[in-house]
Amino acid sequence: MLHIEDQSIDREWKKGSAELLILSLLEAVPRHGYEIGKLIEQRSQGALRFHAASLYPLLYRLEKRGWIQGRWVEKSGQRRRRYYRLTPQGRKVLASQRQGWQTFVQAINRIAGVANA
Amino acid sequence: MPDWSDRIRQQLAGLNLAPAREAEIVEELAQHAEDRYRELVSGGATEAEARRIALDEMGGHELLAGELRAVERADAPEPVVLGAGSKARLLTGLGQDLRYGFRTLRKNPGFTAVAMLALALGIGANTAIFSVVNGVLLQPLAYPDADRLLMIFDSQSSVAYPDFLDWRRENRFFTDMGTFRSDDFNFTGAGQPEQVSGEYVSASLFPVLGVAPFLGRNFLPEEDRQGAACAVILSYGFWKGRFGADPNILGKALTLNAASCAVVGVLPADFRFSERAQVYVPIEQWNSAELRTRESHPGLRVIGRLKRGATIEAAQAELASICNGLARMYPKTNAGHGAKVVRMKDAIVGYIRPTLLLLVGAVGFVLIIACANVANLLLARSTARQREFAIRAALGADRKRVVRQLLTESVLLSLGGAMIGLLLARWGTSLVLAAAPGSLPRSGEIGIDPYVLLFTLAVSVVTGVLFGLAPAFHGANANPQEFLKEGAHGAGGGRHRVEGVFVALEVGLAVILLAGAGLMIESLWRLWQVDAGFNTRDILTTQVALSPKVMGSPPGIRLAYQQLLGRVAAIPGVQSAAITSVVPLSERNSEISFWPGTGPQPPQDQTKSAMFYVVTPDYPSVMQIPLRRGRFFTDRDDLASPLVVVIDDVLARHMFPGKDPVGRQISLMVFGPVQIVGVVGHVKHWGLDSDDTAKIRDQIYFPFIQVPDKFMSEAVAGLTLMLRTGPEPLSLVSAVRAQVAGPTQDQPIYAVRTMEQIISGSLAERRFTMLLLMIFAATALLLAAVGIYGVMSYAVTRRTHELGIRAALGASRGEIVGLVLRQGMRLAAVGMAGGLVAALALTRFLAGLLYGVHPADPATLAAVALLLGGIALLACYIPARRAAAVDAVVALRCE
Repeated sequence: MLHIEDQSIDREWKKGSAELLILSLLEAVPRHGYEIGKLIEQRSQGALRFHAASLYPLLYRLEKRGWIQGRWVEKSGQRRRRYYRLTPQGRKVLASQRQGWQTFVQAINRIAGVANA
Repeated sequence: MPDWSDRIRQQLAGLNLAPAREAEIVEELAQHAEDRYRELVSGGATEAEARRIALDEMGGHELLAGELRAVERADAPEPVVLGAGSKARLLTGLGQDLRYGFRTLRKNPGFTAVAMLALALGIGANTAIFSVVNGVLLQPLAYPDADRLLMIFDSQSSVAYPDFLDWRRENRFFTDMGTFRSDDFNFTGAGQPEQVSGEYVSASLFPVLGVAPFLGRNFLPEEDRQGAACAVILSYGFWKGRFGADPNILGKALTLNAASCAVVGVLPADFRFSERAQVYVPIEQWNSAELRTRESHPGLRVIGRLKRGATIEAAQAELASICNGLARMYPKTNAGHGAKVVRMKDAIVGYIRPTLLLLVGAVGFVLIIACANVANLLLARSTARQREFAIRAALGADRKRVVRQLLTESVLLSLGGAMIGLLLARWGTSLVLAAAPGSLPRSGEIGIDPYVLLFTLAVSVVTGVLFGLAPAFHGANANPQEFLKEGAHGAGGGRHRVEGVFVALEVGLAVILLAGAGLMIESLWRLWQVDAGFNTRDILTTQVALSPKVMGSPPGIRLAYQQLLGRVAAIPGVQSAAITSVVPLSERNSEISFWPGTGPQPPQDQTKSAMFYVVTPDYPSVMQIPLRRGRFFTDRDDLASPLVVVIDDVLARHMFPGKDPVGRQISLMVFGPVQIVGVVGHVKHWGLDSDDTAKIRDQIYFPFIQVPDKFMSEAVAGLTLMLRTGPEPLSLVSAVRAQVAGPTQDQPIYAVRTMEQIISGSLAERRFTMLLLMIFAATALLLAAVGIYGVMSYAVTRRTHELGIRAALGASRGEIVGLVLRQGMRLAAVGMAGGLVAALALTRFLAGLLYGVHPADPATLAAVALLLGGIALLACYIPARRAAAVDAVVALRCE
C-alpha cells in the first residue's frame, strides 16, 4: 500500500497508544468514561480525541483483561456513574507498556533524527 | 432533554447481550451522551446542534456495534437455536430467564434461604398430607379390580356364619363371597408355647380378594369342611421371622390350639389384609357350636366380589330379598335383620375421610401463609430492584417479558423449596405416624410415590406463580422515568397496601388454624377429664394363654384361673386381680340378647341387647366401679348355685324405672333365666366420647365360674387379666410374667397394656388430628410472626427519615414506639378480626371431632386472639424499639 490516508494513520497510532493513555490516566485516581475522554483531549491539546463509540469498547476490553475495574458510584446530587480504577495487574501492564513505548520512541528518534526535546 | 437510551438501545440491538449487561452499557453511554450534550450547549451550541454532535460521536450504528461486538461477543450468551419461529425464541428466552434467575437467587443467599425455608414448610406439610390422602383415600386397595370388592354387613349385628352361607349360596350378583374373623392361636411344638394372631377364613376369601399365595396354594374347598385335616397359610412376615424364610416350609406341620396343621401356602409380602395376622386357618376348623348357630354367634365379616356389570344397588336389593326370606324362615333370630353393602375401601377408610379432608384444608392454609410471606419478601426485594426493571423497560423489554422473568424466579424458588419440602414431608410423615400409631387405616401404604411427586411438582409450580404474581406485576409496572430519576426513593403506596393485605391474610389464616388446634386441644383435655365410670389409672391389662395341658377340661380351666389369680394377687404391689372377657374402651365388645322375666325367648325384634362381661369377683375392686345396690359376685356364686348377674345403672333405669332391680329375674339367650343380685355404675365401654350416643349401652356382668362347661373353651379365648397396682403398672410386668407362667412354665402373657394406653389408643384418631393441627398452627404462627416482623422492620427502615424528624421535633421514645406498634397492630387486628369471622364459619367442620366444646367456643377463640395478639405485639415491638433508637441527627443526615 503506497498511499496511506491521514485519517488511517491517525487511527492506527491511536489504537497503539490508547491503552497506554487510559492506563496512565487511571494511575492516580479512578475516573469515569467521560472524564477520561475529556482529559485525553485536554492534555493532548486537542490532538487526540476519542469518541464514545471507540472509547467505551476499549474500556470494556481493558476491564475484561483485568487491567482496570469499573464500579458504579452514587454521589449525592448526581446520577450514578461508572468509575474505572487500575487493578494491580493493570499497574504492572502500565509499567511495562511505558517501558516499551519509551524504547520505541527512542528508536524512532534515532532513525528519524528528530532532536530530543 | 433527548432520550439517549432509546437511540443507544437501537444501536445495540442484534448484539444479543445479556439483559443486565445491556442495561449497564446503555446507562453508561447515555450518560456520556448527556454530558457531552450539556457541555456543547453550555459552550454555545444550539440544542439541536448539540444533540446531533453527541449522537454522531456515538459513531452511528455500525461503529459502536462493531467495536462492542468484538469485545462483548465472547461473553454474550449464544442464542440457543432449537428450531425456527416463535417456539425457538420462547425457549431461548426461557433459558435466559432460568440462567438469570439462578444468578439472581445465588446473589442473595439470605433472601433465598428464608424464602425457600418458608416454602419448604408449606410445600412439605402439603406433600406430607397428600401422601397420607393418596395412600389412604386415593389409591385403590391393593387387590385386582379392588372397586368390585364389597363388604357386606348385617344391619343389626355382625354376620352369623349360617347367614353368610345362605347369602353366598343364594345370590346371583357376586362372583363369590368370603368371610373372616380374627382370633388368637396357641402355637406350640416349636420351643416355647406362644400366642400368635390369626384369622379364620373361608376357603373362598383369598380367591375373592384375588390374592394368590407367594408359595404353595390357596385353601381347597374340601379343607374348609368340618372334620377335614387342618391346613394353614402363613403371612410372609411370620414365615420370614419365625421360620427363617424356610423354602421347604410347605407340608410341614404347626401345632395350633393343640391341632396339627399342615402349611399349604405363604402369602405375598405386600398382602396387607390384616395388619397383625400371622396365620390363616379355614373357618370350618373352628370347633365351636356357636359358629353354626344364628342365635348367639361369634361375629364374622363378609367380603364379596361383584360380578362384572352388576351394580351395588342391584346387589343390595338382592341381598335385602334374601334377608327377608331368612327372616321368614328364622323369625326368632333373623326378624328385622337386613344386609348392608359398602365398598370395601369405604368400609376401611370411609370414617377417616372427613378428618383427612379437614387436614387438607388446614394444610392448604399453611401453604397460603407461606406464599403470602414469600410474596412480601419478593415485594420488598422488587423495590430494591426497581432500577433494574426500569432500565429493562426503558430498553424495550415488554411487560410480559419482565413478568415472565420474575415468575421464573419465583417458580425456581418454590421448586427449591419443594425439594427441601419433600425431605421434610418424608421425615415428618414417619414421625407423625410413629407419634400416633393406629390412628390411620392403611398406614402401611403411605409413602412418597410418583403421584405424590407429581402433586408436589404441581403445587410448587402453582405456588411459585401464585406468590410471584403480585411482585411480578409490581415489577413490570415500574415506570422508567420515575425510577431513573436521581435520588428516586422507590415505589409509592401501592406496594405497602399489598403488603398490609398479605400480613392481614397471614394473621387471619393463623387465627383459623389456631382456633382449630385450640378446639381440638380443648376437646382432648375434656375427654381426659370424662369420668369413664371406673378409675383408669394404675391398671395393668394382659392377655394370658393357659397351659395347653389344662385347655381340654373346663374344670381344669376354672382351677387354672383361680390359681393364677391367687399367684398374681400375691405379687407385692398388686392390690387386686381379676379376669374379664372384654376390656372397656379396647375396641372389643361382646353382646348378648336378653328379655325380662323367665319366659321363653320372644321373637328377635322383641329382645334387647346388652354388653356382656364375664368376670371374676374382684373385677369391681380392680376397676373401682361403684356398687349402687345389692352385691357383686362372690366365690359362692358357683356352678352349684343359681345363675346370677349384676347389671349397670343404665340397664336398671331402662328396665326397672323407679324400682329396685335386685332380686328380679331376666333371661339371657343361651344361659336362660338369671337373677339380678346387684347394680353397679355404668362404664363408658364404647369410648370416652362416643359412649353416650352408642346404640347398646346396657351392661350385664356374669360370673366366670358359672360359665357352663360347653361354653368354657370359647369364653377362655378373649379373657384378659386385669390388675390394680400400687406402683406404676408397667413396673410389675416381669413379676406378673413369672407368676402367670406357673409351675409348668408354659403360660405366656402377651398384649400387655396399661388402661391409660388403651384409652390413649381409643383417642388415637383425635390425637392424630390434634397433633397435626397443632403442628400446622405452630407453623402458621411462626410464619405470621415472621411476616409481621418483616413488614414492620421494613416500614421502620423506610420511615427512618420521618421518625428522625419526629424525634427532632420532640417526640419521646415512648411515642415513637407507640406509633410503630399502632401501625403494626392495626394490620394484625384487621387480620384477627377477619380470621375470627372465618374461624366461626369454618370450625363447624370440626364439630364431628370435638367433644364437650362448641365450635364457636368463646374462651378458645379469645385465647387464640390473645396468643396471636401477643405474638404480633412482640413481632412489632422489636422494630419499634429500633425505631425509637433512631438518632434524629443521623436520620436527617442520611438524606
